[in-house]
Amino acid sequence: MDVSIELTAGDFSRAGTASSRIKKILKQLNVPPDIIKRVVIALYESEVNVVAHSYGGNVTCTITSEGIDIVVQDQGPGIPDIDLAMSEGYSTASKEIREMGFGAGMGLPNIRKNVDALEINSSENSPTTISMHVKFTHTQEE
Amino acid sequence: MTLHEVVSCVSGKVVCGEQYLQRSVDLGFSSDLMSDVLTLLDDNLLLITGLANIQSVRTAEMSDICQVLYVRNKQPTKDMIALAEEQGIVLITTPCSMFKASALLYQAGLKPVY
Repeated sequence: MDVSIELTAGDFSRAGTASSRIKKILKQLNVPPDIIKRVVIALYESEVNVVAHSYGGNVTCTITSEGIDIVVQDQGPGIPDIDLAMSEGYSTASKEIREMGFGAGMGLPNIRKNVDALEINSSENSPTTISMHVKFTHTQEE
Repeated sequence: MTLHEVVSCVSGKVVCGEQYLQRSVDLGFSSDLMSDVLTLLDDNLLLITGLANIQSVRTAEMSDICQVLYVRNKQPTKDMIALAEEQGIVLITTPCSMFKASALLYQAGLKPVY
């Protein structure tokens, strides 16, 4: 099953609607609740990143009986230093983002914690693509 | 402790989800930072926050948190209440500060996440 959802830059009132939709689908598919939580937290963090930091983008989820592949793409402006962005506490968030309760520099590290595989492709003044995979079996218990 | 007990402990008012007040919560987490809330994987958690915007309810939804206590008399908006009702999330308000609400609930037996 493939699901593709548009993400609008700057629209905090709608941030989370894609994650909410995917959560409903995974519940209907009887995916274990702890795995659903990991998927939606990673997806929600990504969604907030696109809304907060990018010019807009989309998320595509491919769901099989084995797991879920999530690809989040935006239209830039890109991440100049991915290693720095992955370090806990580093953030370029604006005051507005912080007022929404985000921008603590925990997003990308938290995504990494919740997924089984993560790949980030980005550079300055380029689109960013984040590819994630979560297995529907318990192989990465916290 | 039950949500009934939470409400009476902090002189709270139930904004929505009155029908779920028999639910029990084991843990409490106080934060205005949703990024921190999203790092938690615990169940049966009460979120105590002063962040009265739609993202606090969204964060609760994503983290399977079924009850949110807003401190300092912060009032949830119509959008927040609609989303909470759709998701079966109980919203409670209290005139207490975050420190006082956390202290009272801790004293009454609510455990910290860490």
